[in-house]
Amino acid sequence: MPTSVKVKTLRIDGRDVSAREDQTILEVARENDIWIPTLCHLDGLSPVGACRLCLVEIKGSTKLLPACVTAVEEGMEVSTQTEGLESYRRMILELLFSERNHVCSICKSNGHCEMQTLAQRLGLTHIHFPYRYPSLPVDLSHELFGMDHNRCILCTRCVRVCAEIEGAHVWDVMGRGVDARIICDLNQPWGTSETCTSCGKCVHVCPTGALFERGRSASEMDKRPEFLPYLTLMRRAGGE
Amino acid sequence: MIFEELGHIEEAELEAQSRFERRIHVCAAAGCLASGADAVKEALSGELQSTGLEERCQMVGVGCMGLCSRGPLVSIQPDNVLLAQVRAKDAKEVVGTLGKKPPKRLACPSDLPFFKRQLKVVLENMGRIDPERIEEYIAVGGYSALHKGLTEMTSQEVIDEVVKSGLRGRGGAGYPTGLKWSQLSKESSPIKYVVCNADEGDPGAFMDRSVLEGDPHRVLEGMILAGYATGATQGFIYVRAEYPLAIKRLNLAIKQASRLGLLGHNICGTPVSFGVEVRVGAGAFVCGEETALMASIEGGRGTPRPRPPFPTQSGIWGRPTMINNVETFANIPPIIRNGGKWLAEIGTEKSKGTKVFSLSGKVVNTGLIEVPMGITLREIIFEIGGGIPFGGKFKAVQTGGPSGGCVPDSGLDVPVDYESLSHLGTIMGSGGMVVMDDSASMVDVARFFLDFSRHESCGKCIPCRVGTVQMHGLLDKIAANRATSEDLAMLEELCDLVRKTSLCGLGQTAPTPVVSTLRHFREEYLSHLSGKA
Ligand SMILES: Cc1cc2nc3c(=O)[nH]c(=O)nc-3n(C[C@H](O)[C@H](O)[C@H](O)COP(=O)(O)O)c2cc1C
Ligand code: SF4
Ligand code: FES
Repeated sequence: MPTSVKVKTLRIDGRDVSAREDQTILEVARENDIWIPTLCHLDGLSPVGACRLCLVEIKGSTKLLPACVTAVEEGMEVSTQTEGLESYRRMILELLFSERNHVCSICKSNGHCEMQTLAQRLGLTHIHFPYRYPSLPVDLSHELFGMDHNRCILCTRCVRVCAEIEGAHVWDVMGRGVDARIICDLNQPWGTSETCTSCGKCVHVCPTGALFERGRSASEMDKRPEFLPYLTLMRRAGGE
Repeated sequence: MIFEELGHIEEAELEAQSRFERRIHVCAAAGCLASGADAVKEALSGELQSTGLEERCQMVGVGCMGLCSRGPLVSIQPDNVLLAQVRAKDAKEVVGTLGKKPPKRLACPSDLPFFKRQLKVVLENMGRIDPERIEEYIAVGGYSALHKGLTEMTSQEVIDEVVKSGLRGRGGAGYPTGLKWSQLSKESSPIKYVVCNADEGDPGAFMDRSVLEGDPHRVLEGMILAGYATGATQGFIYVRAEYPLAIKRLNLAIKQASRLGLLGHNICGTPVSFGVEVRVGAGAFVCGEETALMASIEGGRGTPRPRPPFPTQSGIWGRPTMINNVETFANIPPIIRNGGKWLAEIGTEKSKGTKVFSLSGKVVNTGLIEVPMGITLREIIFEIGGGIPFGGKFKAVQTGGPSGGCVPDSGLDVPVDYESLSHLGTIMGSGGMVVMDDSASMVDVARFFLDFSRHESCGKCIPCRVGTVQMHGLLDKIAANRATSEDLAMLEELCDLVRKTSLCGLGQTAPTPVVSTLRHFREEYLSHLSGKA
């Protein structure tokens, strides 16, 4: 870490906190036990600012800013839990539930799902928007893992962990808008992939039941993404 | 070549042109080509040949003359004769009446309000020169601004003139161009890029396309000046693949300019170097958004990313990058030639210069127009546009495409400038202008644009990806008279959500067509709610 890093003081939800100038609002909030919901963000992967759940209000700015990619500034006044923000967050989650077929009761990740946990924590009791019920495939061609597109929320954690940590870049996104889909290599069955190393990193960073280990039944697929901060720490140490 | 030789080229070209008694200009832009301008040109050439007039009369394919609805257009100079809706079979008559009274059936008065009310800065050469010959551009003063800029002015002085001109970006948002240039010039990176945004994906817009097809050298000249002013040595022009003619003419222009040493290393013997490459987009509207555009140029998937960092801080391959619209660059040569003050005298206090619009929809004269900022919408639609055809009644005008809104009758006398249009709930946008008569349903208009946005959403962020789909579904329901007031409330909630929480400009502006029609035509929505229509 460069020695010349400056320290900034800011205010989050009325609390004075200090931060290194290269930190994001999310990092500082977490250090201070201030909870901001996130879905696409994962420590150790490049930030994308895509899910918009971490949006916060900043005094003097008319725009809402994603805490996961917004750098701290001296004197910044951040609010993370206003009524408006909570309502936006609930609506974004509702949209996500309406988009594909998220049927928790029969999902392998039931009880271990980040989206489900968030919904509970944000007090989501029902979905106002009409469900889209798209017809989506399940890829069971890989001998160890499976991909259920019905549960995918397009957070791209799998794409990033595979490209950035494993270095294989098996996954990517194809198509636009609501038709966007995670694809394997050149849009082929996972089992035929020539780049997949079967490391399973994607499975364990996936926040929902979209990527899973085969042989697990409903509610049995718990995820263990803890390897990620460890790997990034070791890499940083190795690089220095 | 050294700059002084530009003068020789100009002289030689004027000399060659003066050997002809007249020039016949046939529009070779998209609109007229589609209505058969190619065949007209061929027939006219054949006729000149067979009557032995080819030595005395020069045939030139030129850029858009503006009155696209009356194409194919032919103009005869120096007689100042304009002929409209010319067919190949008219060739004999046209050539037969050269220098005499033109055939009545074809003649189009050139003092129509359509022409008289316009002010051409960006389009000054349109319809006057052959876009495929650099000599013709040079003969009308082309590259003299580059000559002046590179030999008589410092980079800072070039930026100062752009600042003085008050020019604001013509790509939609109206960001001050001089400020953007000075930001890039202050970046210390040894490699910087200048990008021309020619993605023009708004339905109904063809301004940038016309400029690229009709006067491509002008855009190159603006870009080279930008390179000099900011210290960038590489330029990219990002053009959508749907514009093959623009791509062809740009590549030709780049080749011609490079051959003369106006592009490349040590431009015309000066220490300035600047190269330009054309990059072809693959048909995604979102790639007009600057961060998506840069990802696409890098060869990646064209999806936006959060800003900051802004492109001028970290752009293509992490290097400082400045993106301007085609029309923005096209304004630069006259600014440098005439001084920034000259442009600043046109327009309103905060919106300087002119704006090009593509006028379409239910209006008599559709086509490409350029007007001074501050003109009213009424003047554009009823004087230049000639009003609503078949005695129809005006209902609304849509500006800004999928990011813009509809202006009703009550807003027609508002001057066209960035701020006034935004007060009316719409935007200047890049220049699409669609006129609607009272047969138009405002719910359908909103539905059309939401259909566009939901398909063009890149899918990266949730509010835009799913929100636009849900909004479109609700509009479907309203249009089918099946919606309730709860549905309308949900629609308004979604407008607010998508606007406030989307990642990029596409999502942030996608609700505007709904919000603006709800603001000005709410009763129309209400009449659709179930039990009421
Ligand atoms: C979804 C979207 C599409 C856009 N499309 C275009 C476009 O086709 N052409 C363009 O010049 N600017 C487009 N823009 C605006 C650009 O992002 C950018 O602001 C502009 O090119 C800057 O140039 P200017 O300062 O000269 O206006 C678009 C923006 C968004 C959000
Ligand atoms: S607002 Fe729409 S287009 Fe922009 S990043 Fe989000 S999904 Fe993509
Ligand atoms: S966690 Fe910040 S946008 Fe998803």
